[in-house]
Order: sequence, then structure tokens, then C-alpha cells
Amino acid sequence: MGTSIDTRAGEEKSRVQALEEKVQELARRLESLEERAPEDRVAIVVFSGDLDRVLAAFVIATGAAAMGQEVSMFFTFWGLSALKKGSELSGKTFFQKAMAMMSPASSIELPVSKMNYFGVGAKMLRAMMKEKNVSSLEDMISLARELGVRAIACEMSRDVMGIRDSELVPGLEHGGVASFLADSLKSRTSLFI
Amino acid sequence: MSQAFDKVLDARGMNCPMPLVNARKEAGKMEPGQVLKVMATDRGSVADFQGWAKIAKNVELLGQEEESVEGANVYVHYVKRIG
Repeated sequence: MGTSIDTRAGEEKSRVQALEEKVQELARRLESLEERAPEDRVAIVVFSGDLDRVLAAFVIATGAAAMGQEVSMFFTFWGLSALKKGSELSGKTFFQKAMAMMSPASSIELPVSKMNYFGVGAKMLRAMMKEKNVSSLEDMISLARELGVRAIACEMSRDVMGIRDSELVPGLEHGGVASFLADSLKSRTSLFI
Repeated sequence: MSQAFDKVLDARGMNCPMPLVNARKEAGKMEPGQVLKVMATDRGSVADFQGWAKIAKNVELLGQEEESVEGANVYVHYVKRIG
């Protein structure tokens, strides 16, 4: 009799142990799933330096921020023009100077993707937006800041194009592909504009 | 519909995304349980406010209505701050 009770108690113990192990394993798996689950986050790559495209990026960014999403915008190549506050030429290489002279010195000078006609198209679009009471790109940029949208300047393209930190608006973060991916992998929405 | 509200935001004449952005700012200043009435002329705001309420955890859309003020269509949204 005694042995049979002992055996049952032993069986009970090993079953509890097995359950505990199972629970621990589930907790581990849940934790790793939670780590990978998307957050309320939106990541946007702004590659284009066209007024209309950059505007679309900022409308989405400010809208998403208003909806309670954390928004990061990564500016790379032509998109960096939207973050410029002026162009410097001194001390740059020949190519960098040429690049600086042919690129917009700030968001104000961004061309439109179609029908630009040396800037006339961009001026026309801005006038038409004003007529319809749509916020200007510059208003959107400061609004994005106010709403806590993060702006990250791509270090590699900034360096290649010879754009200095002093030519960019203050308050930017600097990063590379991994900083974008770290955000976009956690985001529900990632856009390349 | 005679929905009670605590504050009014006049977003008439504003365009996307400003009605939403300004409503969010106003809602942020309000206490949980308070209701914001938003008046907008942007037709897209109807779907925008529905989307906002669906996604955001701290607001609830109590109702929407359309009225005509001085010949212009005005879209009214009642947003309640929750938590």
C-alpha cells in the first residue's frame, strides 16, 4: 500500500514539474513573440526631394502622429534637401560644389515631380495650395516637430553629397540603414517615398 | 442629434490633415470623459475621424453629422476623450 501511495505522489510531482516546464516554455515563447510584434509606429523613408512627394510624406507623418502613432522619418539622398536651411560652398570639392549649386538650398526651393518648368510649377502648386488653405510644407515640417515626429538624416548620403551638418536644420538625428530597419521592423507601416 | 459637448473646435476652412491634427491637440488638453465638438468643411474629415477613433486608444467617436451653415456643408464630429 505504502509503495503505491508513494508512486502516485511521485507521479503527481513529475506531472506538476512537466506543467511548470511547459508554462516556462510558453512564457519564453510569448516574450519572444511580443518582442517581434509591431508597435504603434510608422517609419517613412523620404528619398525624393520633390515638393509634392515630400509634402505627401509630411501629411502622412503628421496625420499618423495625430492618431497616436510614433513616427520616424528617414531622409536620404534627394530627400535631405527638405532638411536644408542653406547651401555652403567654401571648402567643398568640385563635385560637392556642383551638387550644392544644383540642389535646392532649402525646402522652399524644392521642385515638383512633374511640370516643374524651372520652378514655375512648384510656385504654382504652392499658390494653389494656399488658395485651398492647405498648410505649406514648412508649416507641416514644424508641425511634425511639434508632434514629436523624429527626423533622421542618412549619414552616408549626407556624406556622399557633401552636405554638412551646418547646412541642415537643427534637432536632427543621424543614422544609417540599421536605425531605419530597427524602426521599420517594429512598425505597422513602412513607406518609401 | 443633440449631443452634449464641453468644447468646440472650429476647423472650418482647414484641409487635411489639419482638422485631425488640431482635434488631437485639443483632445490632448481635455479631461477623460469630456467631449469635443469639431466643425469641419473638409469632406475627408468624416472618414479621417472614424479612422482616428478606430486606431487611437484614448478617443471615442460619439457621432457625426452634416449640416449646412451659410450654404456650406459642415461636417460635425463629436469626439470623447477616454483615458
